[in-house]
Amino acid sequence: MRVLLLFALSMVSVQTIAATALPVKEVAAGVYVHFGKHQFPDSKNHGEIANLGFIVGQKCVAVIDSGGNPEQGAALKQAVTETTQTPICYVVNTHVHPDHINGNSAFKAAGVKFVGHHKLARAMAARGSYYLDKAADQLGVKMSAADLIPPDIEVKDSLKLDLGGRTLTLKAHPAAHTDNDLSVYDEKTHTIWLSDLLFTEHVPTLDGSLKGWLSEIDKLEKQSFRYVIPGHGELVTDWPQSVQAQKHYLTLLQTEIRAAIKKGRHLEDAVQTVGYSEKNNWALFDEYHRKNVTTAFAELEWED
Amino acid sequence: MKYSKLLPAIFTITLLPIAAIAAEDEKIWNNVLKPEYYAQQAIEESDNVIELEAPVRAEDPALVPVKVTSKIKQTKEHYIKRILVLVDNNPFPFVGDFEFTPESGKADIAMRIRVNSNSNIRAIAQTNDGKLTMTKKFVKASGGCSAPIGANLDEAMARLGKMKFRLDGDVKVGEPTSVQLMISHPNITGMQMDQVTRFIKKAHFVKDVKVSFNGKPVFSAKTDIAISTDPNFRFYFVPEKVGELKAEATDTSCETPTKRDVCTKGDTYTETFKIQP
Repeated sequence: MRVLLLFALSMVSVQTIAATALPVKEVAAGVYVHFGKHQFPDSKNHGEIANLGFIVGQKCVAVIDSGGNPEQGAALKQAVTETTQTPICYVVNTHVHPDHINGNSAFKAAGVKFVGHHKLARAMAARGSYYLDKAADQLGVKMSAADLIPPDIEVKDSLKLDLGGRTLTLKAHPAAHTDNDLSVYDEKTHTIWLSDLLFTEHVPTLDGSLKGWLSEIDKLEKQSFRYVIPGHGELVTDWPQSVQAQKHYLTLLQTEIRAAIKKGRHLEDAVQTVGYSEKNNWALFDEYHRKNVTTAFAELEWED
Repeated sequence: MKYSKLLPAIFTITLLPIAAIAAEDEKIWNNVLKPEYYAQQAIEESDNVIELEAPVRAEDPALVPVKVTSKIKQTKEHYIKRILVLVDNNPFPFVGDFEFTPESGKADIAMRIRVNSNSNIRAIAQTNDGKLTMTKKFVKASGGCSAPIGANLDEAMARLGKMKFRLDGDVKVGEPTSVQLMISHPNITGMQMDQVTRFIKKAHFVKDVKVSFNGKPVFSAKTDIAISTDPNFRFYFVPEKVGELKAEATDTSCETPTKRDVCTKGDTYTETFKIQP
């Protein structure tokens, strides 16, 4: 009983008290980013680990990812309010992972449209109850189904959002980091918000398709961008240089797993042997690498 | 509410010893699972008949490799007939019921399963004399962004029903030979948050797998939603001569993730594989 009580107390309650603004940095004119820390989501950081932010136009603000919990969402909203008087019209969810979408409910208001990949709602439905359980168990965050808000606007291929004096181009990618990755391009500052299609420093996490991700990287690295915002990591100003580490890591996984499969190795052997030369190149390698090998192995073993 | 005030409370929770959780886990076994599957039956707990291998942490809750290794020989006189695998804390604890024959050669079974939260995984072997032996492993759930469903549902749907046999090494005539059966199937759990979306998917999973060599059964399984997307089983058979391995997998759709009273029969997929020792 005591344990239960403590457990209930440990939940972070969602309240509409005025939040302290989340620190954000203006990385390009009208493009504001909060840079997350490279930590495993847990009950100390409450899942507040991802890069989040917003882009300000003359008529509208588009929020890009809402945070790791509703309270962080409220803090991001406060940052918008303290930065501009322009209203929030859109909340763009770059993919289903909780560190990017768990703040959605903080933005729910008349006039705010949620925008996501056309497969986002399905992923939210399939993972939602599990993510809510995990928010309670592992993040110390109390959330309900009402906090998971599926997109009002679904992006099938690409979509332009007019913010007034600036246009954002949203692109729905084929399965890569997840099967519902959306990127946001701001023509005005030649900035692309890749979110978790790009990891720097923090080990990439694979939850979609290894081959799909490598193929998206191939396409993206042929384009030029002045600024690139990863889902985890610092602002990138030397594109495509900064995607090379991730490309190398994912290519190595592909090469070594294919070799292991060819030799008749099993999944449980592969997670012990594949990709360990990359261990010292990435933060959180021990937390995510074996999961990456597992997901990639399950994909590549069907190649013929 | 400020986080700092909550830290001591959270700290206490985090430090709860695994032993306490494991003890809690025995309650589900003692109160629910044992009465359901083995009411009034004596079960010996030991590693003498079978052993269970599972990772300490479920790195990917959608795909946790587990392996049951048998410690006794499959002979006509004495053999492991059946191995039941359960994950206590899963919403539907039943993983699979695997049947073996003397022709299996070795009653080993490796598979990939879904593990939703910290839980004991247990395997219970029944030998042909009716004796029951249980072994278990505690697996910690992983955190982070992964979930106990597949990463790429559409890919699995596109390949639905495709099967492959893969030999793990050389074929040994008259000796137990390991073989892997891969079944492409999304194995949809049906655990959907209906409030969020209009996508309402029934549970859709492989429920029966039968494998024979030259017409003699070597392995069969009744399985459920705890089996990962693209079910993958490794087991043994004894190739006496040239012959054919044949697998049949049948799926089903059920109205809810955790009840099996309203289900419709699905499709049967077959695959054969020539064995040339």
